[in-house]
Amino acid sequence: MSTSLPTLLTFPNGRELTVPTGLFIDNKFVPSIEGATIQSINPVTEEVLAVVSSATAKDIDIAVASSRHAFRTVWGRNIPGVERGKLLNRLADLMERDTDPLGDLEALDNGKSAEVARAVDLPEAIACLRYYAGWSDKIFGQTIEVDDKGHKSASTRIEPLGVCAQIIPWNYTIMMLAWKIGPALAAGCTVILKPSELTPLPALKLAELVVEAGFPPGVFNCVPSFGDVGGAALTSHLDVDKVAFTGSTATGRKIMQAAALSNLKKVTLELGGKSPHIIFASANLKEGPRSCESCHWGVFLNQGQDCVAGTRLYVQAKVYDAFIEELLHSAKEWTAGYGDPFAEGALGGPLVSEVQRDKVAAYVDSARAEGASIVYGGERWQGKGWYYLPTIIGDVTPTMKVVKEEIFGPVLVVTKFETEEEVIALANDSTYGLGAGFHSNDANQCQRVLARLEAGTVWVNQYGQLYPQVPFGGYKQSGMGRELGTYALENYTQVKSVLWDYSGGSAQ
Amino acid sequence: MAPTTFSYDFGSEASGFRKKTSFSTGLFINGQSVDSVDSKTFEIINPTTAKSLGHITIASEKDIDLAVEAAQKAFDSTWGLHTTGQERGKLLIKLAELIEENIEELAALESLDNGKAVAIAQAVDVQGAADVLRYYGGWADKIHGKTIETDEATFAYTRHEPIGVVGQITPWNFPILMLAWKLGPALATGNTVVFKPSEFTPLTALRVAVLIKEAGFPPGVVNIVPGLGNVAGAAISNHMGIDKVAFTGSTAVGRAIMKAAASSNLKRVTLELGGKSPTLILDDCNLDTAARWAAFGVVANHGQMCCAGTRIYVQDNIYDKFMEKFVAVMKGIKLGDPFRPDTFQGPQVSKIQFDRIMSYIEHGKKEGATCLLGGQQHGTEGYFIEPTIFTDIKPEMTIVKEEIFGPVGVVSRFSNDEELIKLANDSVYGLASAVFSENLSRAIKLANALKAGTVWVNTYNTLRTNVPFGGYKQSGQGRELGEYALDNYTQVKAVHVNLSGPPFI
Repeated sequence: MSTSLPTLLTFPNGRELTVPTGLFIDNKFVPSIEGATIQSINPVTEEVLAVVSSATAKDIDIAVASSRHAFRTVWGRNIPGVERGKLLNRLADLMERDTDPLGDLEALDNGKSAEVARAVDLPEAIACLRYYAGWSDKIFGQTIEVDDKGHKSASTRIEPLGVCAQIIPWNYTIMMLAWKIGPALAAGCTVILKPSELTPLPALKLAELVVEAGFPPGVFNCVPSFGDVGGAALTSHLDVDKVAFTGSTATGRKIMQAAALSNLKKVTLELGGKSPHIIFASANLKEGPRSCESCHWGVFLNQGQDCVAGTRLYVQAKVYDAFIEELLHSAKEWTAGYGDPFAEGALGGPLVSEVQRDKVAAYVDSARAEGASIVYGGERWQGKGWYYLPTIIGDVTPTMKVVKEEIFGPVLVVTKFETEEEVIALANDSTYGLGAGFHSNDANQCQRVLARLEAGTVWVNQYGQLYPQVPFGGYKQSGMGRELGTYALENYTQVKSVLWDYSGGSAQ
Repeated sequence: MAPTTFSYDFGSEASGFRKKTSFSTGLFINGQSVDSVDSKTFEIINPTTAKSLGHITIASEKDIDLAVEAAQKAFDSTWGLHTTGQERGKLLIKLAELIEENIEELAALESLDNGKAVAIAQAVDVQGAADVLRYYGGWADKIHGKTIETDEATFAYTRHEPIGVVGQITPWNFPILMLAWKLGPALATGNTVVFKPSEFTPLTALRVAVLIKEAGFPPGVVNIVPGLGNVAGAAISNHMGIDKVAFTGSTAVGRAIMKAAASSNLKRVTLELGGKSPTLILDDCNLDTAARWAAFGVVANHGQMCCAGTRIYVQDNIYDKFMEKFVAVMKGIKLGDPFRPDTFQGPQVSKIQFDRIMSYIEHGKKEGATCLLGGQQHGTEGYFIEPTIFTDIKPEMTIVKEEIFGPVGVVSRFSNDEELIKLANDSVYGLASAVFSENLSRAIKLANALKAGTVWVNTYNTLRTNVPFGGYKQSGQGRELGEYALDNYTQVKAVHVNLSGPPFI
């Protein structure tokens, strides 16, 4: 049974909102050809929120054909950059207008706090689109001197890649959608976005705004699907020029393989992390940055379902006891809102699915089995929904699973260290390298440490701050390519060098 | 005394905005419309009718002091790097939107004040102004310095910081468009502005002042102070509290500004000055389109364009054919009331300009050139001049060397490209140039040899928001539009942080 009729959702705060349920192709919502569907579950009530169409390979073919046609006729070089920028700004305006219902929908589908979704997820997504709107008409090539007789010229054209598949995860649906489509559309590519089957609803609702903003059909197609169905079809499709993926490292590998085996489509990946967060004794723990608070935000925001969560805490011996005491004391704030993401002041939420929650539980159990100490939390929450308590684990060793592997839940492992040399080695001892943060009031130490940490983003005296104009991405197995900033445009463009000999064109 | 007010009823005009308007024409300083310190005013004239449009307030030296004070305060507190680029960008885009919302009224004001056709004012001037502000709004959060590898002992980086209070002096030929060209990059990069529009055409700038306030710019960020060049303009160029002056206007005044900048505080200077741009008609051009573009190059904006193509060089072997078409186009230019929808060319902006152009025309005749077409006043009311062509010219003639700034083109022949390049480059100016040829290779080779800041191939007067514009030689220094304009409004600070390098001694 397939569907494309909108469904009416009722929210705990009384809001009612219709959400489309079809695949969004050519500016229309259509059922899956083979009638495949996805059930989107509310992770708080554990009930079905909505049933939406799920794309299979045949639907992907149609979506790709639509994107290709749009790229050839109404997008790419068929529209000046300034117009692409206007459309992106218009979409940002509409998201601003609809911040509250969109934030609520993100909260309903994902389980995160509605207040946080409205105050953080939406504004960051909007800022990202506006930032890339500004770049649309500022994509420059070079002219290059190559000749001393004035007969030849060399220049570069920066051209859009073409049809881009973008596969986003379920942790920040709206924000990840903006990070992806912003640079891609600004650069002139057309997009087939596959949101996660766990959280398809905010993406489908945003598709309505894409129409309202005035984007031509086929420029943005949105096809919720299962990873191994729609995702696989996209990554192995011969007429897709590029795939951009955010998600787990395991899936990232598969995508890279599929790209290589099919048409060597360009690949950018934003994968997992096990980011270290270091507290040096030189840190100004009392007055300056509130390092404790940043530790909590770094790991418990979004229930730890964040690729760059600061999940390995290293505290220098001299300040260890005082710091840990404060850390434990304020951890309980993170259960505010448990049971009701729409409660005022809600901070914490459930894991997005039962599978995710049970994974987290299994990791914590493994820590127990390996001899670590659960100093806070360490168990499921006793109410309805896929909750897990904010958890802090001490007495860990570098070889434990909870130290090496990405848990993607509200779990922080804590280690005491003696020297700067030691902690840098510990911090870098990971196959990941997405982010890293440290707190120090010694400027020379700061310079030394930031230079030596093997991570795509280093936060000094803070954690987790992102800006659309600052690039973000991973070292090592945390990914390849950078999102945000000017760098994201490189993911969606290709360079054509033009060498022109016009010496044949003399007069008379 | 209360500041002056401008009120006008466009109801009886032939087309466009047919409503009433009323706004203050006081000085816009620190977010308020105020009278000048010594209550000085200036009479503005409608060039279509030669009748008075009333009086506006003009700034004296003391008012410029107040404007600078307000701009400095804003720079130190609510602007500069005290707002994020995103915030600055949002405000610029909001201003662009407000200008678009009021496009008809602004176009009507521009036509009334300047005399240009209202349809052109709307589609080109006012829309162009909105586009430019929107463009720079997009740059505001993208002002990057660099981090630079030196050695392990050092952390070196640059910051591209705003300069501070900048003075901007604009001319009467494209009032609102020049306002956008100036404010856009200056505000995007975080500067505050003391802006002096021409006292002859202040209306759109003063109407935009209302929109600047409505958009939400903090007081003092933009101050708009019409005034006389040798009073307010001189006060700005000489001011010790202004760190940069940007000027568009005549080369003669540009010199005065650069001198004043040098003798006061060596403030940075960018200048966009005059031109005597050559249009090159090659024997392999498309004669029909070349003739039309060439005429457009002469009469666009009534010849009141710094980049007007006023020296036309036609290859010998197609001279007669080209002239036949060129003269036909020039003859067909529709002069008239700028508010009539079919008008292309309105009056020259003022009596002073009218007299100056007519004087050049008389001089040209005296010098022995042939006035093939035009050369007279058009009609009896207002400052209209017929599209004019001179032939049989010699390089040393005044009308060939000097910028006339009216609808007057001088035409000459050439036989080969080498000779052409010499003729084209034989000027103290170097603002623009145009090459007409269907042989792209030939055109590009010529383009590369021309000493001009802009070279058009098979087009004329095509300006784009994101492509730089500015002069070689005495046509100016610095570039406006595009990314390049940002350099005019930032200064580079290099920071070297010594991490571990021992002292030298």
